[in-house]
Amino acid sequence: MRPFTIHEGLVAPLDRANVDTDAIIPKQFLKSIKRSGFGPNAFDEWRYLDLGEPGRDNSKRPLNPDFVLNQPRYSGASILLTRDNFGCGSSREHAPWALEDFGFRALIGTSFADIFYNNCFKNGLLPITLPAEAIQSLFDLVTAVPGSTLKIDLAAQTVARPDGVALHFDVDPFRKECLLNGWDDIGLTLRHAELIKEFEARRRIEQPWLFA
Amino acid sequence: MAQTLYEKLWNSHVVRTEADGTALLYIDRHLVHEVTSPQAFEGLKLAGRKPWRISSIVATADHNTPTDHWEQGIQDPVSRQQVETLDANIREVGALAYFPFRDPRQGIVHVIGPENGATLPGMTVVCGDSHTSTHGAFACLAHGIGTSEVEHVLATQCLLQKKSKTLLIRVEGQLGRGVSAKDVALAIIGRIGTAGGTGYAIEFGGSAIRSLSMEGRMTLCNMAIEAGARAGMVAVDQTTIDYLKNRSFSPRGEIWDRAVAYWRTLVSDPEARFDAVIDFDAARIEPQITWGTSPEMVAAVGDAVPAPEDFADPVKRDGVARALQYMGLSPRTPLKSIKVDKVFIGSCTNSRIEDLRIAAAVVRGRHKADNVKAVLVVPGSGLVKQQAEAEGLDKIFRAAGFEWRQPGCSMCLAMNADRLEPGERCASTSNRNFEGRQGAGGRTHLVSPAMAAAAAIAGHFADVRELA
Repeated sequence: MRPFTIHEGLVAPLDRANVDTDAIIPKQFLKSIKRSGFGPNAFDEWRYLDLGEPGRDNSKRPLNPDFVLNQPRYSGASILLTRDNFGCGSSREHAPWALEDFGFRALIGTSFADIFYNNCFKNGLLPITLPAEAIQSLFDLVTAVPGSTLKIDLAAQTVARPDGVALHFDVDPFRKECLLNGWDDIGLTLRHAELIKEFEARRRIEQPWLFA
Repeated sequence: MAQTLYEKLWNSHVVRTEADGTALLYIDRHLVHEVTSPQAFEGLKLAGRKPWRISSIVATADHNTPTDHWEQGIQDPVSRQQVETLDANIREVGALAYFPFRDPRQGIVHVIGPENGATLPGMTVVCGDSHTSTHGAFACLAHGIGTSEVEHVLATQCLLQKKSKTLLIRVEGQLGRGVSAKDVALAIIGRIGTAGGTGYAIEFGGSAIRSLSMEGRMTLCNMAIEAGARAGMVAVDQTTIDYLKNRSFSPRGEIWDRAVAYWRTLVSDPEARFDAVIDFDAARIEPQITWGTSPEMVAAVGDAVPAPEDFADPVKRDGVARALQYMGLSPRTPLKSIKVDKVFIGSCTNSRIEDLRIAAAVVRGRHKADNVKAVLVVPGSGLVKQQAEAEGLDKIFRAAGFEWRQPGCSMCLAMNADRLEPGERCASTSNRNFEGRQGAGGRTHLVSPAMAAAAAIAGHFADVRELA
């Protein structure tokens, strides 16, 4: 996994609550057996005026000019600003894959759905939760000042505005450590293989019906 | 110390804990389907790792499979490749059980686990599918995971988890006639919102929950994720134990007795404390219909579509305005006046035998309205289908002009050919009314099986209690 340490980038505002993973990556693209290439279909139904299908050349499709990510001022954005309950619904990890492939490195919102939040950390994508007032101030900033960037420092747990004001965010120490170092979870867990085997052996005696 | 059911399940599965409380949890049952597993199997192979415990795996193909013309196989080449990839992966790796496309026991992963006794109380159950919360009906700690976690569980039999807070939703009293578990779930989501359960594991308790069948409890726990909670659960009681007796993978003989003795401890202790408790009065819950593009946008059958200005919060107001535009609805429209184009009875929420019996009871001797283009009845599994046919339910549906299909996820998420066309409106027993969920541009209203059947007969939403 790509480590996340410090990232500075352009911010795009997606001003709606309850953005679900069906909207982030519609079901027809879930038929892929790969974990890459989902970026061109991120937010497909909002981003294009026609219906997307796997295998189509997305560069030839008509863009929806009203969709925020299609506006030239947000071209190249790597930080997505959003509202409550982003990533709700389906557990599809294709959603963080699509956002990451689109070019996002971090998401900032008032809250994230649990499974989606978890999935982000497995893909080097940092979801940052801030209080509603802070989020509102960032929306005000980003919409008022074209080209607004933010600087995210994971080690320091801060989001710095261009005016120098730094907002603090919380993150679990274990998740932070894994993301800072780009660690492979499975490798970490397998260091405890002996403990897992002991646990399993005990369980096999106590609850044999689980091992039929 | 007194413990909640969630704490008992959690504590009995912790292998080790990190300094910040992140735990390595042992996983007893790993359910696998074709959509969220191919990248995990590939990752495992690329890293040269082997699955930890093959006998924990139960797999099926459900999302992509067609629900008619099975003799023709899977026509869509992309869908076919995904299903064939699962076939190949399971052939190579192995499993406790695999129910492939066209197997008599194939079906929706959250239907086949319980009906085969592969979901047992006290288990940790995971699947790369958010509706894994369904299995919590059996006092399991069950939740959806991403594909990276599917690979993690395959490789290590464990999952890295932070402990959730606990929420008790207590529903006391008796549900009214025509009101089912689906209405309870929607009423709860309507009150607490789709993020109301975020960060929590929900236990459903109270006399109304204890009166529910296992099917009803599965419907309720299935929708816990729509309230934002990864896991929902119900304590073990005699209903749980009676359901599990003599299922294929249920224990037998002396082991059964030992298991039952343990299962009976899987209840929250009387003195246990929850982080939050919310009470509902069962008698006041009415048949529910969603009117928007989030399950929390829901109202009772006798109500009207709200107006954006009814909501004080500007973000919510914008959301409601956008939802009404997408749904093609005007404020103050009575829900019962809304006409439907299609009806879908199925999904991991409502495709079990009890759901089909309830729908058939409404339909018996009646016919779908002319303006309803299609009514799809999609049983949750091959076994549900067999049982329904043995009871003659298929004949009732067919006589009413409904289509009786093969099992699968079908039009809940429209990955196969079953879908809405742009602008079509559907009364659906599924779990999500998101934009485009049942087909790009489609408009979904979530309802119970009884209410879906009533809408099919009336041609518009109707109060099933008033259907003479």
